Amino acid sequence: MFDDFQFSSILVSTIRNAPVLMFAAMAGLFAERSGVVDLALEGKMLASAFVSAAVAFATQNPWLGILAGIAVSVAIALLQGFVSITQKGNQLVAGIALNIALSGLTFVLAQFFFMQGGRTPDLGEARLFEITLPGADAVAGIPFFGWLYTRLIGGHTILVYLAFALIPVVHWVIYHSRFGLRLRAVGENPHAADAAGINVERTRFLAMLCAGVLCSFSGAYLSIVQSGFFLRDMSAGNGYLALTALVFGNWRPVYTALGCLMFGFFAALQVQIEGVVFPVIGKVPGSLIQMIPYVVTVIVLAGLMAKSVAPKAIGVPFVKSR
Amino acid sequence: MNQADLPRWASAFALPLLNLLSALLVAAGVIYLLGESPLESMGILLNAAVFNPEGFGYTLFYAATFIFTGLSVSIAMQAGLFNIGSEGQMYLGGLGLTLVLLAFDAHLPGWLLIPLAILGSAIFGAAWAFLPGYLQAKRGSHVVVTTIMFNFIAASLMNYLIVSFLIPEGQQNTASRVFAEASWLPKLNGILPVLGETPLNISFILALFALLIYGMAVWRTSWGYQLRATGLNQHAAHYAGISIKKTIIVTMMISGALAGLGAVNSVMGSTHYLNLNFPAGAGFIGIAIALMGRQHPLGILFSSILFGALIQGGFDLSLEKPNIPPETFIFIQGLIILFCGAMENLYAPALSALLKRKEK
Repeated sequence: MFDDFQFSSILVSTIRNAPVLMFAAMAGLFAERSGVVDLALEGKMLASAFVSAAVAFATQNPWLGILAGIAVSVAIALLQGFVSITQKGNQLVAGIALNIALSGLTFVLAQFFFMQGGRTPDLGEARLFEITLPGADAVAGIPFFGWLYTRLIGGHTILVYLAFALIPVVHWVIYHSRFGLRLRAVGENPHAADAAGINVERTRFLAMLCAGVLCSFSGAYLSIVQSGFFLRDMSAGNGYLALTALVFGNWRPVYTALGCLMFGFFAALQVQIEGVVFPVIGKVPGSLIQMIPYVVTVIVLAGLMAKSVAPKAIGVPFVKSR
Repeated sequence: MNQADLPRWASAFALPLLNLLSALLVAAGVIYLLGESPLESMGILLNAAVFNPEGFGYTLFYAATFIFTGLSVSIAMQAGLFNIGSEGQMYLGGLGLTLVLLAFDAHLPGWLLIPLAILGSAIFGAAWAFLPGYLQAKRGSHVVVTTIMFNFIAASLMNYLIVSFLIPEGQQNTASRVFAEASWLPKLNGILPVLGETPLNISFILALFALLIYGMAVWRTSWGYQLRATGLNQHAAHYAGISIKKTIIVTMMISGALAGLGAVNSVMGSTHYLNLNFPAGAGFIGIAIALMGRQHPLGILFSSILFGALIQGGFDLSLEKPNIPPETFIFIQGLIILFCGAMENLYAPALSALLKRKEK
């Protein structure tokens, strides 16, 4: 009955699913802590997924793909900054607009360059390789520890380790660096920060720059690591999910990462649970399990599980007082 | 340096037009980079969507759906709410009318069946928008995030319902059974034979009525005044004795009902069955229409026809020019939202400087 249902593989998949959300959520954290709503995580993710895959395929080098993805994602983030910060436009509308535009544009370009129905060719050898930890062969046979060392901790690509390493780094930057202090100041009370001599617009642009770089990794992870090609709309709502992990985590790095792991767990559970016949309830359709992260998010947003407090100046363009 | 400095004609017509032209210019640039001539493509598009009567019929057919989703987004915007959930609400609206039709289409005559089904779509759309509205009003959960979540939940739910319950036995197509002919909406080509075989039907006329009612309700009733007061300044509206919470919930439900009505045109007027993902982004196009039309009935009408023409012409264009697939128009739609919605003041300083110079 539970033969197909393996908890160990769910845990491994959770580790592999989470980085997509973690990179994007950390990107959103920088933008939103500085006071800019980042609804365009989805679009940046999709654009960098396409560009990374296309460049990695053309050059047969995943690292060049990642670099190109960073460049494009940063360019979009800065455009978003121009609209939201310089033009003082509606940040929500700008985010939605970019997501829709990039969903169309990535397909058009993928079709134009590769003629495979909006897909890029398989990357084959140009994917990122998985790292085998030293001594993995030696311990592989040991029952629990072998699995822990070779499958759960080891055997991932470098981006997975980068995602987890980001948690303490982002925590340090936000709470213990000078930049982080300024970032939080312009996100909570830009007028006070301005009076203290901080350049609000520049700080927000720097935050968007960080968001662009971090978000590009989640796109690259999707195409270069997870699937090995770009597919139309492959971000599949992960950008929005990352945003809700951010709400769930109260805009704090560690809690946000935990939110991402939770959503990663549900995604893994969905794959595992498909087709499994449970006692009493029978089969659980995958499309119903697909709903769980979104329903959980609504419950969290309703304040039934935790009270989330957004940065005070979020979504409000800064107009210098004279 | 904002729109307040500008005369009404400039902020209501000149700015949206300049923004629209900018979006189309960027799109033309992309089409040029794809190795096609923007002017020639524009010609094909206009021919297919406007000058050819049958094509124009299709344009109006698409526009009928977009008027409803555009109204849905617009009325929420009047109350200061950004409803991104029209897509999901329309999807559920399709379920509402389908359930009515599956239950009664064998027994009831068309004059009773069609209004009942339309009512079903409105009720289901409103119900799907109730919870985001309630959560916004009572718990302060931002309606943007909840409606995005409700879109995803709607997609999964409908996938489950259609695949598990609505597909007739022995069928592979992910769609419900075809409804009885009594429920098919009368087509307009009976009155206007020049339209040829277009699916343009009476829901376009319903859409025009909806525009009229919207305009009257928002600008000519005390309820509309409450709605706009809430959208402009919640604190002031509260002091004036308006119940903000009630206004938010009611507005979201009306917005959802309008999105639900968007399902009537395509499901009851063209396909005659409910299929997977039938809204196909019409709810998101509603956002573009509301922003471009500045939530004004005439603006919504013209933007809807423009988008109808882009969809219809774009489809024909993609047959002739494989490098310009229909998805190009998703890109253009995003550009229009960006320029008309988020960068609406891009040209305001330049325009107001120009006008001031003339005055001197």
